[in-house]
Amino acid sequence: MSIRATVISEIQKVAQDDKRSLLRLTDDLVLLDSGLNSLAIAILVARLEDTLGFDPFTESRDAAYPVTVGDLVRFYEDAAEAHRVASRRVE
Amino acid sequence: MKTPPRLIESLRDALNNAPELPPRFLRGVSATVRVGDLVSGTSLGGRLGELAGRSVLVATRDQLAAALALIELDGVARRLVVVTPDLPAEHLPIVSAKAHVDAIVSDREGEDGVPISLRVFSTGTVVATNGTPPANRQTEWVLLTSGTTGAPKLVSHTTATLTGAIADSPSPRTDVVWGTFYDIRRYGGLQIFFRAVLGRASLVLSDANEPPGNYLARLAAHAVTHVSGTPSHWRRALMTPEARAIAPRYVRLSGEIADQGILSALRCLYPQASVGHAFASTEAGVAFEVNDGLEGFPAHMVGASGDVQIEVVDGSLRIRSPRCATGYVGDEPSTLTDDEGLVDTGDIVERRDDRYYFLGRRSGVINVGGLKVHPEEVEAAINRHPAVRMSMVRSRRNPITGSVVAADVVLTRESGEGATAEFEREIRQICHDRLAPHKIPATIRFVPALQLAAAGKLARHA
Repeated sequence: MSIRATVISEIQKVAQDDKRSLLRLTDDLVLLDSGLNSLAIAILVARLEDTLGFDPFTESRDAAYPVTVGDLVRFYEDAAEAHRVASRRVE
Repeated sequence: MKTPPRLIESLRDALNNAPELPPRFLRGVSATVRVGDLVSGTSLGGRLGELAGRSVLVATRDQLAAALALIELDGVARRLVVVTPDLPAEHLPIVSAKAHVDAIVSDREGEDGVPISLRVFSTGTVVATNGTPPANRQTEWVLLTSGTTGAPKLVSHTTATLTGAIADSPSPRTDVVWGTFYDIRRYGGLQIFFRAVLGRASLVLSDANEPPGNYLARLAAHAVTHVSGTPSHWRRALMTPEARAIAPRYVRLSGEIADQGILSALRCLYPQASVGHAFASTEAGVAFEVNDGLEGFPAHMVGASGDVQIEVVDGSLRIRSPRCATGYVGDEPSTLTDDEGLVDTGDIVERRDDRYYFLGRRSGVINVGGLKVHPEEVEAAINRHPAVRMSMVRSRRNPITGSVVAADVVLTRESGEGATAEFEREIRQICHDRLAPHKIPATIRFVPALQLAAAGKLARHA
Protein backbone atom coordinates (compact mmCIF):
# COMPACT_ATOMS: atom_id res chain seq x y z
CA MET A 1 0.00 0.00 0.00
CA SER A 2 1.29 3.51 -0.76
CA ILE A 3 2.02 5.92 2.09
CA ARG A 4 -0.95 8.00 0.98
CA ALA A 5 -3.32 5.04 1.04
CA THR A 6 -2.00 3.93 4.44
CA VAL A 7 -2.43 7.38 6.00
CA ILE A 8 -5.94 7.84 4.57
CA SER A 9 -7.01 4.38 5.65
CA GLU A 10 -5.71 4.88 9.23
CA ILE A 11 -7.54 8.24 9.43
CA GLN A 12 -10.76 6.46 8.49
CA LYS A 13 -10.15 3.72 11.07
CA VAL A 14 -9.46 6.20 13.87
CA ALA A 15 -12.63 8.10 13.03
CA GLN A 16 -14.62 4.90 12.87
CA ASP A 17 -13.32 3.69 16.27
CA ASP A 18 -14.26 7.00 17.83
CA LYS A 19 -17.65 7.04 16.07
CA ARG A 20 -16.76 10.29 14.34
CA SER A 21 -18.01 11.27 10.93
CA LEU A 22 -15.41 12.64 8.54
CA LEU A 23 -15.65 15.20 5.78
CA ARG A 24 -14.37 14.06 2.39
CA LEU A 25 -10.58 13.83 2.78
CA THR A 26 -9.31 16.24 0.13
CA ASP A 27 -5.71 17.48 0.22
CA ASP A 28 -6.68 21.04 1.20
CA LEU A 29 -9.00 20.02 4.01
CA VAL A 30 -7.72 21.36 7.36
CA LEU A 31 -7.04 18.33 9.57
CA LEU A 32 -8.79 19.72 12.63
CA ASP A 33 -11.85 20.55 10.48
CA SER A 34 -11.98 17.05 9.06
CA GLY A 35 -13.78 15.63 12.07
CA LEU A 36 -10.61 14.60 13.89
CA ASN A 37 -9.73 16.35 17.15
CA SER A 38 -6.22 16.49 18.60
CA LEU A 39 -6.74 13.29 20.58
CA ALA A 40 -7.75 11.49 17.38
CA ILE A 41 -4.65 12.82 15.63
CA ALA A 42 -2.50 11.68 18.56
CA ILE A 43 -3.98 8.19 18.18
CA LEU A 44 -3.43 8.34 14.42
CA VAL A 45 0.26 9.18 14.90
CA ALA A 46 0.72 6.29 17.34
CA ARG A 47 -0.92 3.80 14.97
CA LEU A 48 0.96 5.02 11.92
CA GLU A 49 4.16 4.55 13.88
CA ASP A 50 3.16 0.92 14.46
CA THR A 51 2.22 0.41 10.80
CA LEU A 52 5.05 2.30 9.09
CA GLY A 53 7.77 2.01 11.73
CA PHE A 54 8.44 5.72 12.07
CA ASP A 55 6.99 8.87 13.59
CA PRO A 56 7.88 11.97 11.52
CA PHE A 57 6.66 14.31 14.28
CA THR A 58 9.42 13.09 16.60
CA GLU A 59 12.07 12.60 13.90
CA SER A 60 11.52 15.66 11.75
CA ARG A 61 13.62 18.77 12.21
CA ASP A 62 10.89 20.56 10.32
CA ALA A 63 9.12 22.62 12.96
CA ALA A 64 6.02 23.10 10.83
CA TYR A 65 3.33 20.68 11.86
CA PRO A 66 1.04 19.58 9.04
CA VAL A 67 -2.16 21.60 8.84
CA THR A 68 -4.08 19.99 6.01
CA VAL A 69 -4.66 16.39 5.00
CA GLY A 70 -2.28 16.95 2.07
CA ASP A 71 0.40 18.28 4.46
CA LEU A 72 0.04 15.20 6.62
CA VAL A 73 0.35 12.81 3.68
CA ARG A 74 3.46 14.67 2.40
CA PHE A 75 4.90 14.72 5.94
CA TYR A 76 4.78 10.92 6.04
CA GLU A 77 5.91 10.55 2.40
CA ASP A 78 8.97 12.74 3.08
CA ALA A 79 9.79 10.82 6.24
CA ALA A 80 9.44 7.53 4.35
CA GLU A 81 11.82 8.84 1.68
CA ALA A 82 14.32 9.93 4.37
CA HIS A 83 14.15 6.42 5.84
CA ARG A 84 14.76 4.87 2.41
CA VAL A 85 17.83 7.06 1.91
CA ALA A 86 19.09 6.27 5.39
CA SER A 87 18.67 2.53 4.92
CA ARG A 88 20.43 2.69 1.51
CA ARG A 89 23.39 4.38 3.18
CA VAL A 90 23.56 1.63 5.76
CA GLU A 91 23.70 -0.96 2.98
CA MET B 1 -7.61 -4.41 71.70
CA LYS B 2 -6.91 -7.70 73.36
CA THR B 3 -3.51 -9.28 72.93
CA PRO B 4 -3.60 -12.38 70.77
CA PRO B 5 -1.92 -15.52 72.05
CA ARG B 6 1.62 -16.34 71.01
CA LEU B 7 1.58 -18.48 67.91
CA ILE B 8 3.19 -21.38 69.77
CA GLU B 9 0.58 -21.06 72.57
CA SER B 10 -2.17 -21.27 70.01
CA LEU B 11 -0.64 -24.50 68.69
CA ARG B 12 -0.31 -25.89 72.23
CA ASP B 13 -3.94 -24.99 73.02
CA ALA B 14 -5.07 -26.80 69.91
CA LEU B 15 -3.14 -29.93 70.91
CA ASN B 16 -4.34 -29.85 74.54
CA ASN B 17 -7.95 -28.78 74.06
CA ALA B 18 -8.81 -30.49 70.81
CA PRO B 19 -6.63 -33.60 70.64
CA GLU B 20 -9.24 -35.22 68.43
CA LEU B 21 -8.46 -32.79 65.61
CA PRO B 22 -6.66 -34.31 62.67
CA PRO B 23 -3.01 -33.24 62.40
CA ARG B 24 -2.33 -30.22 60.28
CA PHE B 25 0.63 -29.42 58.15
CA LEU B 26 2.84 -26.72 56.76
CA ARG B 27 3.75 -27.88 53.31
CA GLY B 28 6.69 -26.44 51.42
CA VAL B 29 7.60 -27.25 47.85
CA SER B 30 9.94 -30.08 48.90
CA ALA B 31 9.26 -30.74 52.61
CA THR B 32 6.30 -31.01 54.96
CA VAL B 33 6.15 -30.31 58.71
CA ARG B 34 3.49 -31.46 61.12
CA VAL B 35 2.66 -28.15 62.82
CA GLY B 36 2.02 -29.66 66.29
CA ASP B 37 5.58 -30.99 66.42
CA LEU B 38 6.79 -27.42 67.00
CA VAL B 39 5.18 -27.39 70.47
CA SER B 40 7.94 -29.68 71.74
CA GLY B 41 10.39 -29.21 68.92
CA THR B 42 12.64 -26.71 67.21
CA SER B 43 13.83 -25.79 63.73
CA LEU B 44 16.57 -23.57 65.20
CA GLY B 45 18.78 -26.24 66.73
CA GLY B 46 17.33 -25.56 70.19
CA ARG B 47 18.98 -22.11 70.26
CA LEU B 48 15.77 -20.15 70.81
CA GLY B 49 16.97 -18.97 74.23
CA GLU B 50 19.90 -17.11 72.65
CA LEU B 51 17.47 -15.10 70.54
CA ALA B 52 15.23 -14.02 73.44
CA GLY B 53 14.83 -10.26 73.62
CA ARG B 54 16.80 -9.61 70.46
CA SER B 55 16.08 -7.88 67.17
CA VAL B 56 16.18 -10.88 64.86
CA LEU B 57 16.52 -10.74 61.09
CA VAL B 58 14.73 -13.73 59.56
CA ALA B 59 16.46 -14.09 56.21
CA THR B 60 15.92 -17.63 54.98
CA ARG B 61 15.77 -18.55 51.34
CA ASP B 62 13.21 -21.26 52.02
CA GLN B 63 9.68 -20.18 52.88
CA LEU B 64 8.94 -23.18 55.10
CA ALA B 65 12.06 -22.43 57.14
CA ALA B 66 10.84 -18.85 57.59
CA ALA B 67 7.38 -20.05 58.67
CA LEU B 68 8.83 -22.33 61.33
CA ALA B 69 11.23 -19.65 62.61
CA LEU B 70 8.43 -17.07 62.83
CA ILE B 71 6.25 -19.43 64.89
CA GLU B 72 9.10 -20.16 67.28
CA LEU B 73 10.28 -16.56 67.59
CA ASP B 74 6.91 -14.86 68.07
CA GLY B 75 6.76 -13.90 71.74
CA VAL B 76 10.48 -14.60 72.19
CA ALA B 77 12.29 -12.03 70.04
CA ARG B 78 11.90 -8.34 70.85
CA ARG B 79 11.69 -7.59 67.15
CA LEU B 80 11.27 -9.82 64.10
CA VAL B 81 12.51 -8.34 60.84
CA VAL B 82 10.90 -10.38 58.10
CA VAL B 83 13.05 -10.27 54.96
CA THR B 84 11.31 -10.75 51.62
CA PRO B 85 13.07 -13.33 49.44
CA ASP B 86 13.73 -10.93 46.56
CA LEU B 87 15.42 -8.25 48.67
CA PRO B 88 18.57 -7.21 46.76
CA ALA B 89 21.65 -8.34 48.69
CA GLU B 90 23.00 -4.80 48.94
CA HIS B 91 19.92 -3.74 50.94
CA LEU B 92 20.40 -6.37 53.65
CA PRO B 93 23.05 -4.42 55.64
CA ILE B 94 20.93 -1.24 55.36
CA VAL B 95 17.82 -2.99 56.64
CA SER B 96 19.82 -4.59 59.47
CA ALA B 97 21.31 -1.29 60.57
CA LYS B 98 17.97 0.54 60.46
CA ALA B 99 16.25 -2.11 62.55
CA HIS B 100 19.17 -2.46 65.03
CA VAL B 101 19.39 -6.13 64.23
CA ASP B 102 21.57 -8.12 66.64
CA ALA B 103 20.85 -11.69 65.53
CA ILE B 104 20.25 -13.44 62.22
CA VAL B 105 18.30 -16.57 61.37
CA SER B 106 19.32 -17.91 57.98
CA ASP B 107 19.40 -21.17 56.07
CA ARG B 108 22.51 -20.48 54.04
CA GLU B 109 26.19 -20.22 54.71
CA GLY B 110 28.35 -17.51 53.26
CA GLU B 111 29.02 -13.82 53.50
CA ASP B 112 25.99 -11.51 53.45
CA GLY B 113 27.75 -8.28 54.42
CA VAL B 114 25.91 -7.95 57.72
CA PRO B 115 28.32 -7.45 60.65
CA ILE B 116 26.40 -9.59 63.17
CA SER B 117 28.06 -12.46 65.01
CA LEU B 118 25.00 -14.14 66.55
CA ARG B 119 23.81 -16.37 63.75
CA VAL B 120 21.35 -19.22 64.08
CA PHE B 121 21.01 -21.77 61.34
CA SER B 122 17.49 -22.73 60.39
CA THR B 123 17.13 -26.30 59.23
CA GLY B 124 13.62 -26.09 57.82
CA THR B 125 12.78 -29.28 59.72
CA VAL B 126 11.61 -29.85 63.30
CA VAL B 127 13.49 -31.96 65.84
CA ALA B 128 12.32 -32.69 69.38
CA THR B 129 13.74 -30.55 72.16
CA ASN B 130 13.21 -30.46 75.92
CA GLY B 131 14.45 -26.94 76.41
CA THR B 132 12.39 -24.60 78.61
CA PRO B 133 10.48 -22.08 76.53
CA PRO B 134 11.76 -18.53 77.11
CA ALA B 135 9.53 -16.02 78.88
CA ASN B 136 6.66 -14.41 77.03
CA ARG B 137 7.09 -10.95 75.61
CA GLN B 138 5.48 -8.71 73.03
CA THR B 139 7.17 -9.08 69.67
CA GLU B 140 7.34 -6.21 67.21
CA TRP B 141 7.02 -7.37 63.60
CA VAL B 142 8.87 -5.38 60.95
CA LEU B 143 7.78 -5.91 57.35
CA LEU B 144 9.45 -4.57 54.23
CA THR B 145 7.31 -2.75 51.70
CA SER B 146 7.60 -3.94 48.14
CA GLY B 147 8.70 -0.70 46.56
CA THR B 148 9.89 -0.88 42.97
CA THR B 149 12.86 1.43 43.39
CA GLY B 150 15.29 2.29 46.15
CA ALA B 151 15.59 0.69 49.54
CA PRO B 152 12.41 -0.75 51.03
CA LYS B 153 10.61 0.98 53.88
CA LEU B 154 10.47 -0.83 57.20
CA VAL B 155 6.93 -0.97 58.52
CA SER B 156 6.27 -1.78 62.15
CA HIS B 157 3.37 -3.96 63.35
CA THR B 158 2.37 -5.81 66.50
CA THR B 159 0.87 -9.29 66.61
CA ALA B 160 -2.38 -7.49 67.48
CA THR B 161 -2.35 -5.23 64.40
CA LEU B 162 -1.44 -8.16 62.16
CA THR B 163 -4.17 -10.46 63.46
CA GLY B 164 -6.89 -7.84 64.00
CA ALA B 165 -8.89 -8.92 60.95
CA ILE B 166 -8.92 -12.59 61.93
CA ALA B 167 -11.91 -14.02 63.80
CA ASP B 168 -11.28 -14.77 67.49
CA SER B 169 -12.58 -18.31 67.47
CA PRO B 170 -11.24 -20.75 64.92
CA SER B 171 -13.65 -22.13 62.39
CA PRO B 172 -15.45 -25.25 63.62
CA ARG B 173 -14.48 -26.90 60.36
CA THR B 174 -11.52 -29.19 60.82
CA ASP B 175 -10.67 -29.64 57.16
CA VAL B 176 -9.52 -26.12 56.26
CA VAL B 177 -6.47 -26.08 54.01
CA TRP B 178 -5.12 -22.68 52.99
CA GLY B 179 -3.08 -21.91 49.93
CA THR B 180 -1.64 -18.56 48.91
CA PHE B 181 0.21 -17.45 45.82
CA TYR B 182 1.87 -14.84 48.03
CA ASP B 183 5.10 -15.44 49.81
CA ILE B 184 4.21 -15.40 53.54
CA ARG B 185 6.89 -12.77 54.13
CA ARG B 186 4.73 -10.18 52.39
CA TYR B 187 1.76 -8.64 54.13
CA GLY B 188 -0.82 -10.49 52.02
CA GLY B 189 0.86 -13.84 52.61
CA LEU B 190 1.54 -13.21 56.28
CA GLN B 191 -2.21 -12.70 56.76
CA ILE B 192 -2.82 -16.18 55.41
CA PHE B 193 0.00 -17.62 57.55
CA PHE B 194 -1.67 -16.19 60.70
CA ARG B 195 -5.09 -17.37 59.58
CA ALA B 196 -3.79 -20.89 59.12
CA VAL B 197 -1.80 -21.07 62.38
CA LEU B 198 -4.44 -19.40 64.58
CA GLY B 199 -7.34 -21.00 62.73
CA ARG B 200 -6.11 -24.56 63.15
CA ALA B 201 -5.74 -25.07 59.43
CA SER B 202 -3.06 -26.51 57.19
CA LEU B 203 -1.16 -24.29 54.77
CA VAL B 204 0.38 -25.17 51.42
CA LEU B 205 3.18 -22.71 50.67
CA SER B 206 3.95 -21.58 47.15
CA ASP B 207 7.44 -21.21 45.75
CA ALA B 208 8.79 -18.39 43.64
CA ASN B 209 10.46 -20.79 41.21
CA GLU B 210 7.46 -23.04 40.80
CA PRO B 211 5.22 -22.62 37.74
CA PRO B 212 1.66 -21.67 38.79
CA GLY B 213 0.25 -24.87 37.28
CA ASN B 214 2.52 -27.00 39.49
CA TYR B 215 1.48 -25.08 42.59
CA LEU B 216 -2.19 -25.52 41.69
CA ALA B 217 -1.57 -29.24 41.22
CA ARG B 218 -0.11 -29.39 44.74
CA LEU B 219 -3.09 -27.44 46.07
CA ALA B 220 -5.38 -29.96 44.40
CA ALA B 221 -3.42 -32.91 45.82
CA HIS B 222 -3.88 -31.52 49.35
CA ALA B 223 -7.58 -30.68 48.86
CA VAL B 224 -7.18 -26.94 49.36
CA THR B 225 -10.30 -25.16 50.63
CA HIS B 226 -9.18 -21.52 50.90
CA VAL B 227 -6.90 -19.76 48.40
CA SER B 228 -5.58 -16.21 48.27
CA GLY B 229 -3.58 -14.15 45.80
CA THR B 230 -3.44 -10.90 43.88
CA PRO B 231 -5.74 -10.45 40.86
CA SER B 232 -2.61 -10.88 38.69
CA HIS B 233 -1.80 -14.16 40.46
CA TRP B 234 -5.33 -15.32 39.77
CA ARG B 235 -5.36 -14.25 36.12
CA ARG B 236 -2.17 -16.18 35.56
CA ALA B 237 -3.57 -19.18 37.45
CA LEU B 238 -6.69 -19.17 35.29
CA MET B 239 -4.48 -19.64 32.25
CA THR B 240 -3.39 -23.06 33.51
CA PRO B 241 -5.40 -26.25 33.06
CA GLU B 242 -4.67 -27.11 36.73
CA ALA B 243 -6.93 -24.25 37.87
CA ARG B 244 -9.79 -26.62 37.13
CA ALA B 245 -8.36 -29.25 39.48
CA ILE B 246 -9.10 -27.33 42.69
CA ALA B 247 -12.54 -26.68 44.18
CA PRO B 248 -12.02 -24.06 46.91
CA ARG B 249 -14.79 -22.87 49.24
CA TYR B 250 -13.20 -19.45 49.61
CA VAL B 251 -11.29 -17.42 47.05
CA ARG B 252 -9.62 -14.24 48.24
CA LEU B 253 -8.06 -11.42 46.24
CA SER B 254 -5.98 -8.56 47.60
CA GLY B 255 -3.02 -6.34 46.82
CA GLU B 256 -4.30 -4.93 43.52
CA ILE B 257 -7.65 -3.78 42.20
CA ALA B 258 -10.03 -6.70 41.81
CA ASP B 259 -11.99 -5.77 38.71
CA GLN B 260 -15.30 -7.25 37.66
CA GLY B 261 -13.63 -9.34 34.97
CA ILE B 262 -11.53 -11.40 37.39
CA LEU B 263 -14.28 -11.58 40.04
CA SER B 264 -16.74 -12.92 37.48
CA ALA B 265 -14.21 -15.33 35.97
CA LEU B 266 -13.50 -16.80 39.42
CA ARG B 267 -17.19 -17.00 40.27
CA CYS B 268 -17.79 -18.84 37.03
CA LEU B 269 -14.91 -21.33 37.51
CA TYR B 270 -15.61 -21.89 41.23
CA PRO B 271 -19.41 -21.63 41.55
CA GLN B 272 -19.31 -23.29 44.99
CA ALA B 273 -16.87 -20.73 46.40
CA SER B 274 -17.38 -17.46 48.15
CA VAL B 275 -15.24 -14.94 46.23
CA GLY B 276 -14.09 -11.93 48.23
CA HIS B 277 -11.65 -9.12 47.73
CA ALA B 278 -9.84 -7.41 50.58
CA PHE B 279 -8.45 -3.94 50.66
CA ALA B 280 -5.15 -4.24 52.47
CA SER B 281 -1.65 -2.80 52.39
CA THR B 282 1.45 -3.24 54.53
CA GLU B 283 0.90 0.21 56.01
CA ALA B 284 -2.90 0.36 56.31
CA GLY B 285 -3.38 -3.28 57.29
CA VAL B 286 -6.51 -5.15 56.28
CA ALA B 287 -8.98 -2.27 56.04
CA PHE B 288 -12.07 -4.05 54.77
CA GLU B 289 -13.31 -7.03 52.84
CA VAL B 290 -15.94 -7.00 50.11
CA ASN B 291 -17.91 -10.20 49.69
CA ASP B 292 -20.82 -9.29 47.42
CA GLY B 293 -19.02 -10.42 44.28
CA LEU B 294 -18.87 -6.91 42.85
CA GLU B 295 -15.89 -4.68 42.18
CA GLY B 296 -15.42 -1.58 44.33
CA PHE B 297 -17.17 -1.16 47.68
CA PRO B 298 -20.49 0.23 48.97
CA ALA B 299 -20.47 4.01 49.45
CA HIS B 300 -22.05 3.77 52.91
CA MET B 301 -18.77 2.38 54.26
CA VAL B 302 -17.15 5.80 53.84
CA GLY B 303 -17.55 7.95 56.94
CA ALA B 304 -19.36 5.19 58.84
CA SER B 305 -18.55 4.77 62.52
CA GLY B 306 -16.84 1.61 63.70
CA ASP B 307 -13.39 0.39 64.56
CA VAL B 308 -12.30 1.07 60.98
CA GLN B 309 -12.69 4.60 59.68
CA ILE B 310 -12.70 5.03 55.90
CA GLU B 311 -12.45 8.51 54.38
CA VAL B 312 -11.97 9.83 50.88
CA VAL B 313 -9.79 12.95 50.82
CA ASP B 314 -8.92 14.57 47.46
CA GLY B 315 -10.10 11.40 45.78
CA SER B 316 -7.72 9.14 47.67
CA LEU B 317 -8.70 6.50 50.17
CA ARG B 318 -7.61 7.09 53.75
CA ILE B 319 -7.88 4.53 56.53
CA ARG B 320 -7.69 4.50 60.30
CA SER B 321 -8.01 1.09 61.89
CA PRO B 322 -6.64 -1.00 64.73
CA ARG B 323 -4.93 -3.01 61.98
CA CYS B 324 -2.84 -0.10 60.69
CA ALA B 325 0.90 -0.31 61.15
CA THR B 326 2.25 1.48 64.21
CA GLY B 327 4.89 3.42 62.24
CA TYR B 328 8.07 3.23 60.22
CA VAL B 329 11.37 1.99 61.61
CA GLY B 330 14.51 4.03 61.09
CA ASP B 331 14.98 7.58 59.88
CA GLU B 332 12.09 7.46 57.42
CA PRO B 333 11.27 11.02 56.37
CA SER B 334 7.63 10.31 55.59
CA THR B 335 5.14 9.76 58.35
CA LEU B 336 2.61 6.98 58.24
CA THR B 337 -0.47 9.02 59.07
CA ASP B 338 -1.89 12.45 58.30
CA ASP B 339 -2.87 15.05 60.92
CA GLU B 340 -6.11 13.19 61.57
CA GLY B 341 -4.31 9.90 62.23
CA LEU B 342 -5.42 8.41 58.90
CA VAL B 343 -3.15 6.42 56.60
CA ASP B 344 -3.23 7.79 53.05
CA THR B 345 -3.26 4.67 50.91
CA GLY B 346 -2.43 6.49 47.65
CA ASP B 347 -5.31 4.64 46.01
CA ILE B 348 -7.64 6.85 44.00
CA VAL B 349 -11.36 6.06 44.17
CA GLU B 350 -14.36 7.51 42.39
CA ARG B 351 -17.98 7.38 43.46
CA ARG B 352 -20.57 6.24 40.91
CA ASP B 353 -24.10 5.99 42.30
CA ASP B 354 -23.95 4.10 45.59
CA ARG B 355 -20.54 2.54 45.13
CA TYR B 356 -16.89 3.57 45.11
CA TYR B 357 -14.60 2.18 42.42
CA PHE B 358 -10.82 2.01 42.46
CA LEU B 359 -9.20 4.00 39.65
CA GLY B 360 -5.56 3.20 40.42
CA ARG B 361 -2.53 4.44 42.25
CA ARG B 362 -1.98 8.16 42.51
CA SER B 363 1.60 7.68 41.39
CA GLY B 364 0.81 5.74 38.19
CA VAL B 365 -1.26 8.32 36.38
CA ILE B 366 -0.92 8.72 32.59
CA ASN B 367 -1.34 12.27 31.35
CA VAL B 368 -3.08 12.51 27.96
CA GLY B 369 -3.08 16.12 26.85
CA GLY B 370 -3.60 17.29 30.45
CA LEU B 371 -6.26 14.71 31.24
CA LYS B 372 -5.51 12.01 33.77
CA VAL B 373 -5.83 8.31 33.12
CA HIS B 374 -5.40 5.60 35.75
CA PRO B 375 -4.09 2.49 33.98
CA GLU B 376 -6.07 0.18 36.26
CA GLU B 377 -9.37 1.76 35.24
CA VAL B 378 -8.66 1.05 31.58
CA GLU B 379 -7.44 -2.48 32.37
CA ALA B 380 -10.69 -3.15 34.24
CA ALA B 381 -12.67 -2.23 31.11
CA ILE B 382 -10.48 -4.34 28.79
CA ASN B 383 -10.64 -7.29 31.20
CA ARG B 384 -14.43 -7.38 30.81
CA HIS B 385 -14.01 -8.99 27.42
CA PRO B 386 -14.46 -12.73 27.92
CA ALA B 387 -11.49 -13.58 25.70
CA VAL B 388 -9.12 -11.41 27.76
CA ARG B 389 -7.16 -13.03 30.56
CA MET B 390 -5.18 -9.99 31.63
CA SER B 391 -3.97 -6.67 30.38
CA MET B 392 -1.51 -3.95 31.20
CA VAL B 393 -2.02 -0.37 30.24
CA ARG B 394 0.95 1.92 29.94
CA SER B 395 1.86 5.37 28.82
CA ARG B 396 3.21 5.86 25.32
CA ARG B 397 4.99 9.06 24.36
CA ASN B 398 3.17 11.06 21.79
CA PRO B 399 4.09 14.26 19.92
CA ILE B 400 0.51 15.56 19.92
CA THR B 401 -0.79 14.98 23.44
CA GLY B 402 2.42 14.19 25.35
CA SER B 403 1.20 10.68 26.02
CA VAL B 404 -1.44 8.31 24.83
CA VAL B 405 -2.74 5.12 26.37
CA ALA B 406 -1.30 1.83 25.05
CA ALA B 407 -2.53 -1.60 26.07
CA ASP B 408 -0.85 -5.01 26.11
CA VAL B 409 -3.45 -7.76 26.19
CA VAL B 410 -3.13 -11.46 26.99
CA LEU B 411 -5.95 -13.63 25.64
CA THR B 412 -7.32 -16.68 27.44
CA ARG B 413 -5.94 -20.05 26.41
CA GLU B 414 -9.23 -20.98 24.78
CA SER B 415 -9.17 -17.89 22.58
CA GLY B 416 -5.87 -18.89 21.07
CA GLU B 417 -4.25 -16.70 18.50
CA GLY B 418 -7.24 -16.53 16.21
CA ALA B 419 -9.37 -13.52 15.46
CA THR B 420 -7.38 -10.75 17.12
CA ALA B 421 -8.77 -8.09 14.76
CA GLU B 422 -12.27 -9.03 15.87
CA PHE B 423 -11.25 -9.05 19.56
CA GLU B 424 -9.63 -5.65 19.15
CA ARG B 425 -12.82 -4.24 17.68
CA GLU B 426 -14.90 -5.69 20.54
CA ILE B 427 -12.46 -4.49 23.22
CA ARG B 428 -12.61 -1.01 21.68
CA GLN B 429 -16.40 -1.14 21.81
CA ILE B 430 -16.34 -2.04 25.53
CA CYS B 431 -13.89 0.79 26.21
CA HIS B 432 -15.99 3.18 24.15
CA ASP B 433 -19.07 2.30 26.20
CA ARG B 434 -17.37 2.69 29.58
CA LEU B 435 -14.54 5.20 29.28
CA ALA B 436 -13.97 8.80 28.30
CA PRO B 437 -12.33 9.08 24.85
CA HIS B 438 -8.84 9.98 26.18
CA LYS B 439 -8.83 6.78 28.28
CA ILE B 440 -9.47 4.44 25.34
CA PRO B 441 -6.21 2.77 24.27
CA ALA B 442 -4.74 4.36 21.16
CA THR B 443 -3.02 1.08 20.39
CA ILE B 444 -3.76 -2.46 21.47
CA ARG B 445 -1.10 -5.14 21.21
CA PHE B 446 -1.74 -8.82 21.80
CA VAL B 447 1.11 -10.44 23.75
CA PRO B 448 1.65 -14.02 24.95
CA ALA B 449 2.28 -13.08 28.60
CA LEU B 450 2.79 -10.22 31.01
CA GLN B 451 5.47 -10.08 33.63
CA LEU B 452 4.61 -10.10 37.32
CA ALA B 453 6.90 -8.45 39.86
CA ALA B 454 7.98 -10.47 42.88
CA ALA B 455 5.05 -9.20 44.93
CA GLY B 456 2.61 -10.80 42.49
CA LYS B 457 1.52 -7.53 41.00
CA LEU B 458 1.86 -6.46 37.37
CA ALA B 459 5.41 -5.29 36.66
CA ARG B 460 4.69 -1.69 35.65
CA HIS B 461 7.47 0.35 34.19
CA ALA B 462 7.55 4.11 34.15
